[in-house]
Amino acid sequence: MYVAVKGGEQAIDAAHRLLADARRGDRTVPELGIAQIAQQLALAVDRVMTEGSLYDRDLAALAIKQARGDLIEAVFLLRAYRTTLPRLAVSLPIDTAAMAVERRISATFKDLPGGQVLGPTFDYTHRLLDFALAAEEGATEPAPPAAEADLQPMPRVTDILAKEGLIAGEPADDDGPVGDITREPLVFPADHDLRLQSLARGDEGFLLGLGYSTQRGYGRTHPFAGEIRLGSVVVELVPEELGFPIDIGEVVVTECQMVNQFRGSKQQPPQFTRGYGLTFGHCERKAMAMALVDRALKTRDLGGEVTAPAEDDEFVLSHCDAVAASGFVEHLKLPHYVDFQGELAMVRTLRQAGENGDTDGERQ
Amino acid sequence: MSDQTGYNFAYLDEQTKRMIRRAILKAVAIPGYQVPFAGREMPLPYGWGTGGIQVTAAVIGPADVLKVIDQGADDTTNAVSIRRFFARTTGVATTTKTTEATLIQTRHRIPEHPLSEGQIIIYQVPIPEPLRRMEARDSETRKMHALQEYGVMHVKLYEDIVRFGRIATSYDYPVRVNGRYIMAPSPIPKFDNPKMDRMPALQLFGAGREKRIYAVPPYTRVESLDFEDHPFEVQRWEQACALCGAADSYLDEVVVDDQGGRMFVCSDTDHCAGRRQGADGTLQLLLPKDAAQ
Amino acid sequence: MNDDRDTATPLLRVSDLGYSYGQRPACREVSFDLYPGEVLGIVGESGSGKSTLLSCLSGRLDSGPGHVWYDRRPDGLVDLATLSEAERRLLMRTDWGVVQQNPRDGLRMGVSAGANIGERLMAVGDRHFGTIRSVAADWLTEVEIGLDRMDDLPLSFSGGMQQRLQIARNLVTGPRLVFMDEPTGGLDVSVQAKLLDLLRRLVTDRSLSVILVTHDLAVARLLAHRLMVMKEGRVVEDGLTDQVLDDPHHPYTQLLVSSMLQV
Repeated sequence: MYVAVKGGEQAIDAAHRLLADARRGDRTVPELGIAQIAQQLALAVDRVMTEGSLYDRDLAALAIKQARGDLIEAVFLLRAYRTTLPRLAVSLPIDTAAMAVERRISATFKDLPGGQVLGPTFDYTHRLLDFALAAEEGATEPAPPAAEADLQPMPRVTDILAKEGLIAGEPADDDGPVGDITREPLVFPADHDLRLQSLARGDEGFLLGLGYSTQRGYGRTHPFAGEIRLGSVVVELVPEELGFPIDIGEVVVTECQMVNQFRGSKQQPPQFTRGYGLTFGHCERKAMAMALVDRALKTRDLGGEVTAPAEDDEFVLSHCDAVAASGFVEHLKLPHYVDFQGELAMVRTLRQAGENGDTDGERQ
Repeated sequence: MSDQTGYNFAYLDEQTKRMIRRAILKAVAIPGYQVPFAGREMPLPYGWGTGGIQVTAAVIGPADVLKVIDQGADDTTNAVSIRRFFARTTGVATTTKTTEATLIQTRHRIPEHPLSEGQIIIYQVPIPEPLRRMEARDSETRKMHALQEYGVMHVKLYEDIVRFGRIATSYDYPVRVNGRYIMAPSPIPKFDNPKMDRMPALQLFGAGREKRIYAVPPYTRVESLDFEDHPFEVQRWEQACALCGAADSYLDEVVVDDQGGRMFVCSDTDHCAGRRQGADGTLQLLLPKDAAQ
Repeated sequence: MNDDRDTATPLLRVSDLGYSYGQRPACREVSFDLYPGEVLGIVGESGSGKSTLLSCLSGRLDSGPGHVWYDRRPDGLVDLATLSEAERRLLMRTDWGVVQQNPRDGLRMGVSAGANIGERLMAVGDRHFGTIRSVAADWLTEVEIGLDRMDDLPLSFSGGMQQRLQIARNLVTGPRLVFMDEPTGGLDVSVQAKLLDLLRRLVTDRSLSVILVTHDLAVARLLAHRLMVMKEGRVVEDGLTDQVLDDPHHPYTQLLVSSMLQV
């Protein structure tokens, strides 16, 4: 006899137990520690902080552990946590010109003040699996002594170009408040501050694909990597009671400035245009992709015609959030049988009508 | 505070609840109009009811009695998950009986039992924009609503009749609210659309991912779009519910064997159970001839 | 201007209209009156500003200096710049028609021919499927498209048929003023001839006012009562079509006329 399926609560509890068990895995294998993740899977932590919009390495590491390594799930955990945090203050904009630089490269100049500093990068490695890493207590090089503070001036490439008026400035609205996409819904066309926020939180894979498409002819921006810099910057805020800025800590960021094909018209002399990317930690690929897409999204503002997906702000910004995207894609797993019932009935009726030969629109 | 340590009553902070309530008030003042709101990230994923949850969280109070259903059933896993979320974050009483609930959060169905004044039904909405399938751009659909440029909606219905001989939409069937805005009722089957018309209860709609809230105040006209000569019709079954004999409720089709055997049962589990409840509280199987109506 | 038009209110009055793209003026100091039932041809080579002028008149560009008044029932002449966006869009869906050079720009390519014609009716509230369909059928016949194509997508139509469908789509609400931008552009000669015959018949039968932009003087001669010749954004000559074409005064008009192929 048919009995309607019950016991959803029990099923869920059992699923959670299975999940916890799968997360832990083989009990004879040592459990992963938060510190290990934060230290040795640092780039995963950086990505989760960037897309989670929360700078806290330990929390991001915890999220990665809880999510069993699924980074989008980890981002979701961090975002949900962020929602509950009270908003205490708004800092001053960070000054990347004053960064304590760990890595700084430019493709536009062979050499420049401050030099090309490679820093820790995969760029020149040969992608050969290193089996020595498989040994857990392998002999590693002792940590190098802390680098001396680099006292050389390291001006930003875009500032160098701007001095000659070669790069278009950003229209500055210093008096206006910065928008906040977590506090107001995004409405199109979106202002630049809201576009950059959306891109910063956007999925690296999605933006990477879009950035790639601009290089392959879907939109023409002809970018050069003006500068990529990685390092720590001081975060300052001005408490009301004091009236002057105080230093509340440091964050590590990666900044990418793409310099693009010059524009110009009969009225305006040619200038380079800019694409900007900024991420927490060392998310270099994301910063570069973000800069490519940022520039593509300026197409309409710069008087061009939108022809490619990366140039369409409604398309890009509505779909770049991995948490929203995965939620909706995965919601297809939820029961839809009531609506499917409607479709089943409709298809059966239409097929019936077709067999009876009365699909004539005039009928009925 | 609730028993879930560290979280506010109903999870959201008071500031956020106030923001959502303001959006709800705007929505009630303009029936069927989609009010943008700054949806928060919730502990459940987008697409799984975060809009409905935020609306419920903004209106729920300690004296409320909450019912949560999905596909008409109280014990589908997502309904269970959401009900537990509120039980944990509010301590509010929950129920499976439609008649005892003050708040009903629902995904894809309206309960069979007519709702009354003083009740609130909260719909989970995936795509709040009824014109979305015809026009992808939000900037354009906003204008179309503002200027009542709804011709394109009827073009779609016209094309259905040309191609299929009838309007082919079976769920999320577009409606006109208070004679003004065209609204997406959420993916309820069109069978449920008539229940929305002049319903005595307040109807609230939350779309978390798309960040829109809309509403139909009590006793408001809600008309399903159609043509005069192709009027709106609801689905009908030849069968009655195999458990309680109801001939007028929405039926789920259940596959019972691998020879194509099927049976039909009420989608609304509370409705079905209520019809079958004997004097001693046990559930009986009512055959159609027993179902005294 | 012509003296023997009656002194009734003009349907459209344009005064000192101009438009610039950035610093570059595309058209300037254009003035004319258009009366019910008149076809005004705007001719000139490409770059003369005629398409820009048409866009300004039909409300697709917010014009620069100057004014455009339209005789809107029942108010009489209204300055288009004073209309709200809602009012302007309503005007464009009911009293006006715009026939685009490329019919794909003026049609919904993804819906059937019948739906294309019926859309305006549905947009103003018609709710009877049968009636909408029979009105659409009447119009298909009027523009000489077979009724068996009513449920086909315009994608499957030839260029000439698409253009005729576009015309039907625009005329179904009985507009009084139609803007046409190179309606015969891209069509081969025999198809053009058929289209021109149709247009001439429709214009006469329905007393339509038309503003027709074309670089083809033969089209202008066939359809237009009056002509305005544009060069570098300015009107250099205007008058009755036959007078302008047979006895051009301005050197530029003379140049245009002489380069017309004498068939």
